[in-house]
Amino acid sequence: MFAIPKTKIILLLFSLLIATSMLAQDAKMVSIKRGTYVPLYGTTDKKAVAIQGFNIDVYPVTNAQFVAFLKKNPEYSRSKIKGLFAEKSYLAHWESDFNYGKNNLSNAPATNVSWFVAKKYCECQGKRLPTMDEWEYVAMADEKRIDARTKESFNHYILAWYEKPKTYANTVGDTFKNYWGVYDMHGLVWEWTSDFNSIFLSGESRKDKDTDKNLFCGSGSINATDLMNYAAFMRYGFRASLKAKYTTRNLGFRCAKDLK
Amino acid sequence: MKKVFLGLFVILLVLQSCNSNKNTPNNANKPISELSIYNLPSKWTNQNGENIEMKELKGKVLVMVMIYTSCKAACPRLVADMRNIEEHLPENIKNNVKLVLVSIDPVVDTPKRLKSFAIENKMDSEQWVFLRSTEENTREFAAVLAVNYKKIAPLEFSHSNIISVFNADGELAYQQEGLGVNSDQTIQKITEEAQKIN
Repeated sequence: MFAIPKTKIILLLFSLLIATSMLAQDAKMVSIKRGTYVPLYGTTDKKAVAIQGFNIDVYPVTNAQFVAFLKKNPEYSRSKIKGLFAEKSYLAHWESDFNYGKNNLSNAPATNVSWFVAKKYCECQGKRLPTMDEWEYVAMADEKRIDARTKESFNHYILAWYEKPKTYANTVGDTFKNYWGVYDMHGLVWEWTSDFNSIFLSGESRKDKDTDKNLFCGSGSINATDLMNYAAFMRYGFRASLKAKYTTRNLGFRCAKDLK
Repeated sequence: MKKVFLGLFVILLVLQSCNSNKNTPNNANKPISELSIYNLPSKWTNQNGENIEMKELKGKVLVMVMIYTSCKAACPRLVADMRNIEEHLPENIKNNVKLVLVSIDPVVDTPKRLKSFAIENKMDSEQWVFLRSTEENTREFAAVLAVNYKKIAPLEFSHSNIISVFNADGELAYQQEGLGVNSDQTIQKITEEAQKIN
């Protein structure tokens, strides 16, 4: 009776193997319901943008997850990466190719990663980077509501973080959990988006300058809307300053995925 | 039972698949350098409907610009700039140069449309290459050129006006920014790079 068929054991082992390899790769995701929102920057007529439903990682990608990726794809390690895909500061704060060192926590966000490699990482998980609209859509939620952008305390929280140094060394999941169940959209690191290179601040586009005008030529008093616009201006301005091979210490990423 | 195993193997293979697309070294003469655009594996279609990989252009000096054919504002001037550059290239190096126009609107810019755009704009000789790919590949390529673009309405895009020169190895040699700017330096750089091939 105790003779379990050999095939069953092998089958079990196989399933285990698959389960563990799935676990190793699978970061927790939540689904975001479809909706519309008016971006704070980059639209002329304040027209709403439609967001299709999608899944997004609950946390930014961590050092531990990133090192696992590098071990599988050593051509993206610090010493092997091609200059086309990342500048010299790529993973500069790490101890060596596959070791993020004692000074960096395993569950701190992976930063100093270029757009090319962030994109590749997500592809290797069967995912993709979120679009800027998707990211902004998720990021406008506080704990309770989908769109908290006009709430003064929410804006104060975001702007207070922009002033706080070195939050990149913190662990993921230490900030608030938002309406969707997503952490760290504000308060930890800036994040790459798939279409970060779609912003115009320099006047190349005749239509993108609306917020500037509101910001600089607006009224004298500062209200919640001004704070909100200011925070958005910081975010979009930062993105516009990036190039795909740039890496900075306070810039990480998370992945997204289409709904099936 | 065998079928189950086979299925499991397939799943395992799929899970590992991301390891398999390592860069395959180019057999043609010397290896691709670190900063070369030929490290990009993306596939493109030209105005004749032929599928090509970017690295098939290796060995030529490339003058590249990103445009879309339904564009009314900046692109006609960018296209004029490209034509002006082509006209001013010395005859003895023209064979070493390709002028490449990459579409940022691959949905609308079918190979057929690119072809008729080429004919309309008298850019139909051997030297001119029009390319389109997926939106994702296009976004990645733009990232390499540091070109920003964004769809702002149907048939309307904002985009940077940058003409890039790549040497025979696919390394960025020069960028000209702006519309209707003086192209002398661009032409000089192209000539310099193209003479190295002769």
